[in-house]
Amino acid sequence: MASRGGGRGQGRGRGQLTFNTEAVGIGKGDALPPSTLQPSPLFPPLEFYPVPLPSGEEGEYVLALKQELRGAMRQLPYFIRPAVPKRDVERYSDKYQMSGPIDNAIDWNPDWRRLPRELRIRVRKLQKDRSTILVPKRPPKTTEYKEETIQKLETLEKKEEELTSEEDEEKEEEEKEEEEEEEYDEEEHEEETDYIMSYFDNGEDFGGDSDDHMDEAIY
Amino acid sequence: MTQAEIKLCSLLLQEHFGEIVEKIGVHLIRTGSQPIRVIVHDTRTSLDQVKKALCVLIQHNLVIYQVHRRGMVEYEAQCSRVLRMLRYPRYIYTAKTLYNDTGELIVEELLLNGKMTMSALVKKVADRLTETMEDGKTMDYAEVSCTFVRLADTHFVQRCPLVHATENSDPGPPPPAPTLVINEKDMFLVPKLSLIDDTLALAGIAQWIELWLQMKVLPVQTPVRAHAWVAGQVPGTGHARGKGKRRRSSEDDATGEPKAKRPKHTTDNKEPIPDDGIYWQANLDRFHQHFRDQAIVSAVANRMDQTSSEIVRTMLRMSEVTTPSSAPFTQPLSSNEIFRSLPVGYNISKQVLDQYLTLLADDPLEFVGKSGDSGGGMYIINLHKALGSLATASLESVVQERFGSRCARIFRLVLQKKHLEQKQVEDFAMIPAKEAKDMLYKMLSENFISLQEIPKTPDHAPSRTFYLYTVNILSAARMLLHRCYKSIANLIERRQFETKENKRLLEKSQRVEAIIASMQATGAEAAQLQEIEEMITAPERQQLETLKHNVNKLDASEIQVDETIFLLESYIESTMKRQ
Repeated sequence: MASRGGGRGQGRGRGQLTFNTEAVGIGKGDALPPSTLQPSPLFPPLEFYPVPLPSGEEGEYVLALKQELRGAMRQLPYFIRPAVPKRDVERYSDKYQMSGPIDNAIDWNPDWRRLPRELRIRVRKLQKDRSTILVPKRPPKTTEYKEETIQKLETLEKKEEELTSEEDEEKEEEEKEEEEEEEYDEEEHEEETDYIMSYFDNGEDFGGDSDDHMDEAIY
Repeated sequence: MTQAEIKLCSLLLQEHFGEIVEKIGVHLIRTGSQPIRVIVHDTRTSLDQVKKALCVLIQHNLVIYQVHRRGMVEYEAQCSRVLRMLRYPRYIYTAKTLYNDTGELIVEELLLNGKMTMSALVKKVADRLTETMEDGKTMDYAEVSCTFVRLADTHFVQRCPLVHATENSDPGPPPPAPTLVINEKDMFLVPKLSLIDDTLALAGIAQWIELWLQMKVLPVQTPVRAHAWVAGQVPGTGHARGKGKRRRSSEDDATGEPKAKRPKHTTDNKEPIPDDGIYWQANLDRFHQHFRDQAIVSAVANRMDQTSSEIVRTMLRMSEVTTPSSAPFTQPLSSNEIFRSLPVGYNISKQVLDQYLTLLADDPLEFVGKSGDSGGGMYIINLHKALGSLATASLESVVQERFGSRCARIFRLVLQKKHLEQKQVEDFAMIPAKEAKDMLYKMLSENFISLQEIPKTPDHAPSRTFYLYTVNILSAARMLLHRCYKSIANLIERRQFETKENKRLLEKSQRVEAIIASMQATGAEAAQLQEIEEMITAPERQQLETLKHNVNKLDASEIQVDETIFLLESYIESTMKRQ
């Protein structure tokens, strides 16, 4: 707006401005406020105390709702945690910490008909011991559900263990095309736990060997 | 989108969906619509993470996609929708006040999950309610469905656009992305579900007709009559209302619209869900309309008295269905109609009602206007003017709280007189020249007031130009809105900072609580519990208390600022529509 000291060419005398200062109320010889030499402070002092926030039943309920929603959204499968960066030395506790997108699968099941085809991605089935790719063309494997009911307690831990060990394998094997099925043979992977593989029953998929799985827990 | 909005969106996305979704979302907001490869390249995240993030964002209606030429799909983020996430608690609370706990949970689940089918939603809410009820009792699915139907009838939930069914005429490869279409008439049609028992099995048309006939929230039993009437009139709606629990039913197709996913009649063990493919989302515009009505009613109550606010509330309720939400004023209502529709408890006589209406119409705020004399006087509510008054009142109160009451006096004066010279301001406000000058410059520097130049001569010489102070409400409202976004971003940052500072202490207290809970479950003595509780020392407890108090205060402030944002945004939107 007011350009100070810029109009040397046009007017004579010092501090000539482009407009008549009397019109905005600066009379002749009036003391002007000191010019600012720095940006305004980060926390300027408050002249007036702020009005208190509305309190009451409604306010408290909405507040509680807000905090609850925040907590709830963090637990939903839509909350995608970034992968924990690999530290220099692998620690024992890494296996037991839930972190980030361990593999490239999502935990919820969207309606793929409504989404562009290029967004297709694996859906991680939490109940299964193994994460097989959900392929719409192949019929679902119903035989494996019977085994699931036996190890519900161990599946989550098992899934976590497997996936950390499968992570490197998958990065090599996984391709960008979605409609591909891969089978993981458990014995191929290096297990880092103290238990032998057959402690945790994992349904092998070579066509109906479901009855052989009773030999779990060989101590 | 302004920097402040982008910052706020980034904070909201990060808080609710994590950093990966935040990165993708903010990138899309900044750069507009982009295909997936460009997103991968620009944000330097892996393709799978981008896919995950986009799935989440699309599910929550924050990103839309479009198929362009050569089969490329482009994704576009909706910044204003992201900002709505601030208002979720308010939506849920409104549903609670209108439809009790069931309604509250329905809206909450819808908002948390973005979109859901009716059957999945009803099941989830019923299970949640069952958990909170006493042992042995279970929540009836029918009751939840009934509440859902009421929500749909009053338009608080709406259907998502359906996948457009391309019939077998398209022999080529399937398109890269489905096109979604929605018909206005189908937006609130509730599909027939076998989850609800036969007396409540409604054809969509029946509800629609009922809605138009009564313009009120539907009681449960009447739609049965409408159904019978419809079944007689319109061919094809009289579906065989057979008995049986798991009756499969297809959608109502009386309107003749092509239905997207007609579930097939199969008899295999995996029963297809009857309303497969029909997703519902919360209708935020309807909630906004409700908030706006609430704001107008409470403004009238503050300015006049309870009775006049009830009258205004009645008028607004009657206009809910007849007037689109963006109209500048409601449809005219005659005084007789208003008298008939007053709530039952109110027994004021017709003359008293007429007096109140005249008073309201004469009020300088012009919330209510008189548009004719037939039927005892035709009255309208000036929605646009009401929003303008509310926005102006917000501005005035901000000036008062920030600069003091004398500044507020000057501000109101300039508002009223539209354009004033420096000298006139001093005279009218009766404030000494020096102080008036000072205050005017303060407000000018913060852009609440602006200067208008009126030249006397064609050469715009400064000495021969009038400089008038004026308030441009629209631009002042925009400026204040921008500041509101900035302040909410600051509040969120501060809250995150406070939480991070005390993270160690919070984790410790959570662990202690978990230990106490598990020990109580296994039956421990009071002495042991005492010991565990003492693991948190008194100063630490104090610190936790302070932290909790601060976080609560910051949260409450966010909610409060969001209310101001709502008023200002409504006003700006209403003004832009009229231009």
